Amino acid sequence: MEVALSALVALFFGAAVYLLLSKHIIRMLLGMVFLGNAVNLLIFTTGRVASVAPPVIPEGATVPPDAVANPLPQALILTAIVISFSFFAFLLVLAYRAYQDIGTDDTDKMRLAEPEERGLPPLGY
Amino acid sequence: MATPAPSAAVDAMLSTPVPAADMLIVMPLVLSFLFGSVLLMVRKRVEWHGWISVPGFALVFAADVALLFKVATGGPFTMMMGSWRAPFGIAFTLDLMGALFLATAGFVALAAAIFAVVSVDRQEKRYGFFPFLFLMMGGVSGAFVTGDIFNLYVWFEVLLIGSFGLLVLGSRHAQLDGTTKYAFLNLVGTTLFLIAVAYLYGVFGTLNMADIARQAADRTENGAVATIAMLFLVAFAMKAAAFPLNAWLPASYHTPRFVVSALFAGLLTKVGVYALIRVLVMLFPAQHAGMAGIVAWIAGLTMMTGALGALAQTDIRRLLNYVVIAGIGTVFAGLAIPQAVGAAPGALASGLSGAIFYALHSIVVMTALYLAAGVIARRTGASTLETVGGLWRESPLLSALCLVFLLAVSGLPPFSGFWPKVMLVRAAFAAELPWLAAAILVSGLILTIASARVFAFAFWRPLPQAGGTDTEKSGDFNASVPEHPAPLLPLVALAAFVLAAGVWPEWLSRLTTAAADGVVNPTAYIQSVFGGGA
Amino acid sequence: MKSIIFRFTAPYLSVLMLVFSVFVLLRGHNEPGGGFIGGLIAASAFAIYGIAAGVASVRRALTFHPMAIAASGLVLAVLSGVLSLPLGDRFLTAQWAFPKIFGEELALSTPLFFDIGVYLVVTGAITSIALALEERDHD
Repeated sequence: MEVALSALVALFFGAAVYLLLSKHIIRMLLGMVFLGNAVNLLIFTTGRVASVAPPVIPEGATVPPDAVANPLPQALILTAIVISFSFFAFLLVLAYRAYQDIGTDDTDKMRLAEPEERGLPPLGY
Repeated sequence: MATPAPSAAVDAMLSTPVPAADMLIVMPLVLSFLFGSVLLMVRKRVEWHGWISVPGFALVFAADVALLFKVATGGPFTMMMGSWRAPFGIAFTLDLMGALFLATAGFVALAAAIFAVVSVDRQEKRYGFFPFLFLMMGGVSGAFVTGDIFNLYVWFEVLLIGSFGLLVLGSRHAQLDGTTKYAFLNLVGTTLFLIAVAYLYGVFGTLNMADIARQAADRTENGAVATIAMLFLVAFAMKAAAFPLNAWLPASYHTPRFVVSALFAGLLTKVGVYALIRVLVMLFPAQHAGMAGIVAWIAGLTMMTGALGALAQTDIRRLLNYVVIAGIGTVFAGLAIPQAVGAAPGALASGLSGAIFYALHSIVVMTALYLAAGVIARRTGASTLETVGGLWRESPLLSALCLVFLLAVSGLPPFSGFWPKVMLVRAAFAAELPWLAAAILVSGLILTIASARVFAFAFWRPLPQAGGTDTEKSGDFNASVPEHPAPLLPLVALAAFVLAAGVWPEWLSRLTTAAADGVVNPTAYIQSVFGGGA
Repeated sequence: MKSIIFRFTAPYLSVLMLVFSVFVLLRGHNEPGGGFIGGLIAASAFAIYGIAAGVASVRRALTFHPMAIAASGLVLAVLSGVLSLPLGDRFLTAQWAFPKIFGEELALSTPLFFDIGVYLVVTGAITSIALALEERDHD
């Protein structure tokens, strides 16, 4: 099971890196989605995959009686999903806005913040 | 995974009620989020925003100072969120290093808020300038107080979303461009951080920093741990804009309003530095010793990139972007000193002390320089070296303040940049890294030339005739805002810190030395979480 | 959106989704559900209504600006965490009360209010993003 999940994580990371290397913002955005899901699966796998009892402590006890599944990775993944979802929403709005205003989603052509053709600073007055 | 048995000391700590002073630890966060939300609810009453925000930041700063006082006198302390048992749940642990960063952050945030009241226009206040500022400061404060590594990731994301909002506010085209690059690269950086956290959880089975520090001492020769430490180094170096992962900073930091640039340049990169010190030195001391050579190269190259980049820029803010990077390199130099585990704290602690001192100085000075650039841009209507001038005659006070900041950032006495550089150079020689000491001094020399050029052009020479070669319109961003003396007030306060830390450095260096000792030898930190002699 | 069927059904669908979102929110205490997923359902209800009837009528129907709703949720969540401090407990420690209303015992707790806060934050934030995106489509 771990081997299969690791292979899937690797596949996701590969796809994410490939898309992030693109010049176009929309493909980079999809790359970020893949990256977020790759990390979520990674957290899930590092939390150990096992088919054991659900992590519910019986009434009156303070520790579970037998081995239980690890509940923490789910909490971590849920947090990471919420964060990556909100960032995706923000980046989507940003990319759309940039495309409308600047007229391109090619990062090589977005040179407004760092215009080319800047001479040397003045050397004397 | 073996579950650690709940220890009696932890139970004893949880059963006692919390002392009132301990409650302060959540106050910077609670206040930031409450004030931010209230401002969002009254977003249409723009004229109230300043009256709510400045007292809000003053309260946060007061809480930060009280926390610094408490930690400096009583040592690190911990509060478990929701009364969970120590290795589980989220711990908020504040030690001296965190408290120093927290107080400095509160200081510059207050200064920037006062500056923003008059320099940000109504439209942008209405779109939520101050709520975003509070959100970002909540994230920054959270990063400094948390004792849980996943929680640190969450605070990074909180401050990141606040910073996105501030960066894009106004939506000029250059801003959209800068924000796109900033957003993607920072998001990749924090995702790398999360990947490292995932592996760390897989290897250690815990996320509590004190618990990791306790376990890491037993795992000196371990390839998996070295990989994790390396991933953390890459992630935090990216957040801190260290060479070769620094390209996003000069692409974005000069695009928003001056006050936003000021806070970003002062604070956000330093949060990355703080996290790097915390994780690399405190959690993985053995791996840090092995990686110190790499850190030394990063430090040297970052300093040179920053200094040479500053020399090549015409626009004042783009010049300052590179000065930020040079400062990051200088801080990294303090982290580059190898020390075997168990050896007496020597060169590493003194180098780290210099690094913390320099980081605090850099927070204040970089914020001040960008704010000063904002004042210059408003007075002269431009911020490129080709078109500014004549400020010495027009405003002696502003000129004197800028001279202080420029000398401080170059590392000249008697200002705050000098002493940490002395500490770092001495530590570099003690660690037998003379080339690193030379790099610190050479980059300081180049920065002196770059700042002298700014001063000579902007202040000494008479104002050039209009109709120059300036084609970039970012300079006159603030020109439409009417003249107001209030922006000079925060500059005077920041200059007072620069002077105080430069003329009487002992009080600060004593604190940073104690802070560095607390990181190199985290026994007190671990005890504050687990109680007793755990 | 021109489809008459969609425009006719969308208001009813939105109302159903809003009711369901509150159900999911309250169910979350002991079973799957909770504030985040409830908030997402509520936000999608507003988004659907916005697609059918236009963004302006959603803003009118909401009365408050979505970001103000999110802010009120944040205040509620923070305050329900702070409540434990004056009682001598650590931040965010759950506090419970069991008042009798009409002879029925009602279990009130700070986690419930925290979750309502999360619900409002998610509803407000996602609605505001969705409305911003829909507004752009039309101009």
